[in-house]
Amino acid sequence: MEIKRTIKYEADRVPGFGREIMSVPGCEALEHCIQCGTCSGVCPLSIYMDYTPRQVMELVRSDFKNEVLQSHTIWLCASCYACTVECPRQIRITDIMYELKQRAIKERVYPRRFPIPVLAEEFTRMVHDHGRISETRLVSRMYLRTRPLAAVGMAGLGLQLLKSGRFSWKQDRIKQREQIARIMEAVDRENGKTEA
Amino acid sequence: MKYAYFPGCSLKGTGRAYEESLVPVLRHLGVELQELEDWNCCGATAYMAVDEGKACAAAARNLALAEQTGLRQMLAPCSACYLVLNKAQHYLNEYPAMRQVVGRALQSVGLQCNGDTVVRHPLDVLVNDIGLEAIRQKVTHPLHGLKVAPYYGCQIVRPYATFDDQANPTSMDRLLEALGATVVRWPLKTKCCGGSLTGTLPEAGLRLSYILLKEARKRGADVIATVCPLCQFNLDSYHPQIAARWEPVRLPTVYFSQLMGLAFGLPAEQTVLHRGMVRFHPPPVPAPAGAEKP
Ligand code: SF4
Ligand code: SF4
Repeated sequence: MEIKRTIKYEADRVPGFGREIMSVPGCEALEHCIQCGTCSGVCPLSIYMDYTPRQVMELVRSDFKNEVLQSHTIWLCASCYACTVECPRQIRITDIMYELKQRAIKERVYPRRFPIPVLAEEFTRMVHDHGRISETRLVSRMYLRTRPLAAVGMAGLGLQLLKSGRFSWKQDRIKQREQIARIMEAVDRENGKTEA
Repeated sequence: MKYAYFPGCSLKGTGRAYEESLVPVLRHLGVELQELEDWNCCGATAYMAVDEGKACAAAARNLALAEQTGLRQMLAPCSACYLVLNKAQHYLNEYPAMRQVVGRALQSVGLQCNGDTVVRHPLDVLVNDIGLEAIRQKVTHPLHGLKVAPYYGCQIVRPYATFDDQANPTSMDRLLEALGATVVRWPLKTKCCGGSLTGTLPEAGLRLSYILLKEARKRGADVIATVCPLCQFNLDSYHPQIAARWEPVRLPTVYFSQLMGLAFGLPAEQTVLHRGMVRFHPPPVPAPAGAEKP
């Protein structure tokens, strides 16, 4: 058993983090959170989360950056928007979860073995390179990178897909692929980033 | 009636039964679709988790292509595409800074997005543009006796409910009733199916699919009708895994458009029931009208 301190210290905060998140389009209303817990109550995945959505909202607002970026919660969020439509303060919780996922990916602090960030990365790379997603290839890549052994267990599913004519190994791509790359580079430029 | 059409990646892949059944049904109702030339992936939920500016730009390229068609209305049958395209539209209209970034990015490849294409779901078009009466008139093989659980899932009513009620949508219920089917009342019609978590974190994701299937069976449904390729995939594909973890809850899940094709008497290659992993066997053709006792 690992013995850890379960309360948070002032010193754990990363001052300014909450403000920073609240300045992102769609995340502004967070400052009005009344900690009612409606979001946690309606969230179909909260029973698996280390911090409930309500707790995540307060942790963000109170600058506990490391806790939220390393939480399982943001990866368990299935983007079902149930919390967002029920929140009495019109806080777009789903979009805040997206923003936290982005930061966790950028800072590479997501929990090991979590396939979701890998899926997101492979997904964006495929869109960038080809303009479209070929689901079978995407999912196979995700398995290979995260759980190669589990991929074997998925063979049955692949076979079923094959039988129903829904399995395709072909990489679908658009004609004007360079447009996508140029659009994405332009977004980076506009946002003042200089990514390699 | 003519609409621009954004199929999205799933409808060309694992969700092909949706396109294969929807296009003939709409044609049968006099609706013409013009597929966007060289459309790209909308970005789905994954892109938003990486960069919202790029997610918006990817979606906005399609909106720009839609504007070029001059049709002003675009059909997006996949729930994720529908949500993402609408969301991009909202961001561009609400946030001038985002509009500027995306606008310049599109400009760099000679595209322009004014943000005035209305992105619509087929259910919306069917119920509000075509109308249930016109649909009823095309029904030659009413689905009498078939108990259907209508499943809307998350992203067509949340967060931007534009054509139906957020908590209790009814457009598909009414559509199915117009086809002669019996609609099973169940409270889970907008609950999450687990999304991509069924594949990435099955211990959490599959449970949500399991609950949906179990409840639909408990309420006597013969089949679940869905509007989304990911929902269809989740409810149809993981029966062995669900049975191993909990209990067997086999029940077919088809697209609402496949049921429409059946009711319209369209040929098997347009109802594509063979695409299901849990095969749906429609009930035998009912006795001719008038022979029925109430
Ligand atoms: S529902 Fe809204 S106000 Fe209530 S705790 Fe959640 S985010 Fe805060
Ligand atoms: S959007 Fe995410 S946090 Fe909100 S209810 Fe759904 S799964 Fe939970």
